[in-house]
Amino acid sequence: MGKEDLLLRVEGLTKYYTSGYVFTKQVLGAKDVSFFLRKGEILSLVGESGSGKTTVANMILGLIKPTRGNIYLDGKNALEMDRKEYWLKVQAIFQDPYSTFNGYYVVDKVLWESFDLLKKIKGITHSRNEKREIIASTLEKIGVNSDEILGRYPHQMSGGQMQRLLVARALIMNPDLLLADEPTSMVDASTRVEILNELTQLKEAGMSVLFITHDVAQAYYISDRAAVMKDGEIVEIGPAEKVFFDSEHPYTKNLISSIPKLHEKWEI
Amino acid sequence: MARKTLEIKDLKGCYRGTFGVIQAVDRASFSLYEGDRLALAGESGCGKTTLIELLTGTPKPLLHYEGGKVFVGGYDVWHIDPEKLRKEVKCRLLSYVPQASLNALNPTKRIKEFLADMLKERTGEKHTPNDARKMIGKHFERLNMDKNLLDRYPFELSGGQRQRVSIAISTFAEPSVLLVDEPTSSLDVTSQKRVIELLVDIHKREIIDSLMCVSHDLGALRQMCNRLVIMYTGRLVEIGNMDDIVENPLHPYTKLLLNSLVPLERQMKQKTLKSIPGRPPDLRDLPIACRFHPRCPDCMDICKKKRPPMVKRDSREIACWKYVEEG
Repeated sequence: MGKEDLLLRVEGLTKYYTSGYVFTKQVLGAKDVSFFLRKGEILSLVGESGSGKTTVANMILGLIKPTRGNIYLDGKNALEMDRKEYWLKVQAIFQDPYSTFNGYYVVDKVLWESFDLLKKIKGITHSRNEKREIIASTLEKIGVNSDEILGRYPHQMSGGQMQRLLVARALIMNPDLLLADEPTSMVDASTRVEILNELTQLKEAGMSVLFITHDVAQAYYISDRAAVMKDGEIVEIGPAEKVFFDSEHPYTKNLISSIPKLHEKWEI
Repeated sequence: MARKTLEIKDLKGCYRGTFGVIQAVDRASFSLYEGDRLALAGESGCGKTTLIELLTGTPKPLLHYEGGKVFVGGYDVWHIDPEKLRKEVKCRLLSYVPQASLNALNPTKRIKEFLADMLKERTGEKHTPNDARKMIGKHFERLNMDKNLLDRYPFELSGGQRQRVSIAISTFAEPSVLLVDEPTSSLDVTSQKRVIELLVDIHKREIIDSLMCVSHDLGALRQMCNRLVIMYTGRLVEIGNMDDIVENPLHPYTKLLLNSLVPLERQMKQKTLKSIPGRPPDLRDLPIACRFHPRCPDCMDICKKKRPPMVKRDSREIACWKYVEEG
């Protein structure tokens, strides 16, 4: 593996949540998490609730400060980079699309505002028509009918549509790394697959995706490599095929065998 | 022919409020037989929970009963005295574990104290918490559950434990029918498995005669149930044996729904899964005739004009014009 195709490197990332003033109490969020992410690759982080998946995501996004450990983006120490510049390169889609949008504005605002951020930091300016064209072509690229989405308010849209709009926003910002934290868990089963397919498209366009989920099947469907987390630690990491079907760690084996499968019946 | 434990005929229900009228359940008919474990599946907002709530005879505010019959052990749930319903039907014939069962336990009391209250309400006899613990402890032992859970407060239990305690409590009086709403959602896969095993176990030991389980997770339902009902925007579209439907779905919606699920299989990686075109309709403004026709790949002229009837095919019932024979 050449050094140049490495995008993100995380080393010994540890987080203890501390509460209280005099008698402090510590709760482990993540412990010694180390992994790397290549350019144009999807890595999924799989684990049960409370295993520290979101803690790791929030640390990479810079929303919380790690207790120990380092994050390198393109070889540069991410913790020391300018936040706004960093967020141009790292973007995220979260679990709950309903809380991402402001209910008082039409949803287009989210797309238009992304141009402001590009202008402020990168100094790229677009005319109104250019912006409109970029929005239309981006929506077309991910197969969304723009008449159905633009000019609407969040309460008029389904969770799936909003989530796809956020994928479109990510495309306009064109970051190097997209963090997708449970993007499909609040979406209808019939539209869930579309979001997964769009993430695969982003990957083909050269973007790296860190896909965080509790659903092993979805993780396997879209990712190249996978990491399994338990109690804040990564217990197994490797190619998705190997991690899920020839698992080495007893925890992963147990996890895979307890997943109810549609075409396989348990003996109970 | 096995005995019918629950019979539903043309059940209708709607939500009425400032937002308008939402026809949440539209003429649903099916029966539950002794030995059945029936699954009710569908996407969010298709009326699964509404249907099961209508079966209990005590709907939440805004939900209105509009017609139809629900028979449980000879009682017509909607046409008897509410006090009779509470004393003679609920718990003894029909038990319901709601979706919010994780929060159904009293947070300020130990579980055994809560049970003493419950026993007083149900049987009219007073019991001390320790008596209640002894009585229900036997039931817990029978289900291979830890009796010591009864000494704890609900917040000391994990989500899976709380769900299993709720299920154990609602089966204490050995009801004929147990209705469970989303027992496994919001649980991790390992706790999911234990809840599924518990439900199957309760049924196999004949503590209950039949089980009806609502969920959107078809993988979990497959493990738990032997019959399946698929619902779309308030209407039942396909009813049949679980294995038959999963292996060979007939209704176009069922086909597309099963295809859009992401299964964990080795060959999955090479395939590109497809979602159902379009989106679920606005429930205040539903398509007329067949409600699936705007999204259906096999849509015919008649689908836009008339509601499809339930057609019988062997052990299966399908609501689709494709299977209606000419004449």
